[in-house]
Amino acid sequence: MITPFSDGGYASGAAALLIGAAFGWFLERAGMGSARKLAGQFYLTDLTVFKVMFTAIVTAMLGVFWLGWIGVIDTANIYVPETFLIPQIVGGVVFGIGFAIAGLCPGTSCVAAATGRIDGFAVVAGMFAGVLGSGILFASLRQFYDLTPRGVLTLPQIFGVSEGLVVFAVVLIAMAGFKVANRIEQRNSAA
Amino acid sequence: MRAYSNPYLSGFGLGLVLLSAFVFAGRGLGASGAFASAAAATAAVAAPDATQANDYFARYLSASGKPAIDWLVIELIGVVVGGFISAYLAGRLRRGVEKGPRISNRSRLTLAFAGGGAMGLGAVLARGCTSGQALTGGALLSAGSWLFIGAAFAAAYLAAPFLRKAWT
Repeated sequence: MITPFSDGGYASGAAALLIGAAFGWFLERAGMGSARKLAGQFYLTDLTVFKVMFTAIVTAMLGVFWLGWIGVIDTANIYVPETFLIPQIVGGVVFGIGFAIAGLCPGTSCVAAATGRIDGFAVVAGMFAGVLGSGILFASLRQFYDLTPRGVLTLPQIFGVSEGLVVFAVVLIAMAGFKVANRIEQRNSAA
Repeated sequence: MRAYSNPYLSGFGLGLVLLSAFVFAGRGLGASGAFASAAAATAAVAAPDATQANDYFARYLSASGKPAIDWLVIELIGVVVGGFISAYLAGRLRRGVEKGPRISNRSRLTLAFAGGGAMGLGAVLARGCTSGQALTGGALLSAGSWLFIGAAFAAAYLAAPFLRKAWT
């Protein structure tokens, strides 16, 4: 059994719809369709974004690691995004500033819009305009876009340690982060 | 309106969704890719030749340069459906503008559009957003994705003090 729903046929489309619906469901359940709640992350009054994101990352990371380890899945079949150092750092900075201004990110803006928030529609429209504009100007961005390519580069490769050790370290860091996040929330809600 | 779920529980659910995307579709979740696909389709209708010659848009079109229905577009339609159902069942469907008390609706919507525009450029340069890079690449331990997470959150924290009026 190797990624049965990646063929581009009807089954693949149905899987995309189901996976997307579950994605939207959990984002909304967590309150991630609310711009005010998300903005709380940046003023340290509500750290839901951090908790949800890192729990999701740790869960999926452990799942891939264990399923690969016992041989249920072949991790070579999973597409890992390629690394381009400088464009991803600069893109991250521009994205982060936009995130703080908008209070929503691309995925959560769709949930906000779906649940009636007009600001969600405005973020969706802005995001569409930004991608369209960047695409139209792509010839001018191209040189920068292609800087410092590193292919598929993973943290275990960089640190020269086993995947298991990095997975373990990420789990420990996340646990410590959750503890700190709870303490910050308690302090800022008491104040 | 019911209270939101426990963040760790929803995060766990989200992680299982991401894991099933890896296992069943061989890829992670995404959002900005669907925007890119929609932008490419729009451009292809408005200016077919220029769009087919555009290296960024061309990869989102079919071989003949026609708009193609991407996996991520269907997935993002699912996000809208799932978010709607969840909010409906919890009594959280509400029309309105979310903002702080000290800013007008108009300013908030202008900021929302501008912030979305900046995220569009950022996501093009970084090759993904909070879904495709942070969640997906983060779980796969991609170095570039972790750089993106660090850069995005650092920049958001540095920008936030200047935007306090919009939220508090």
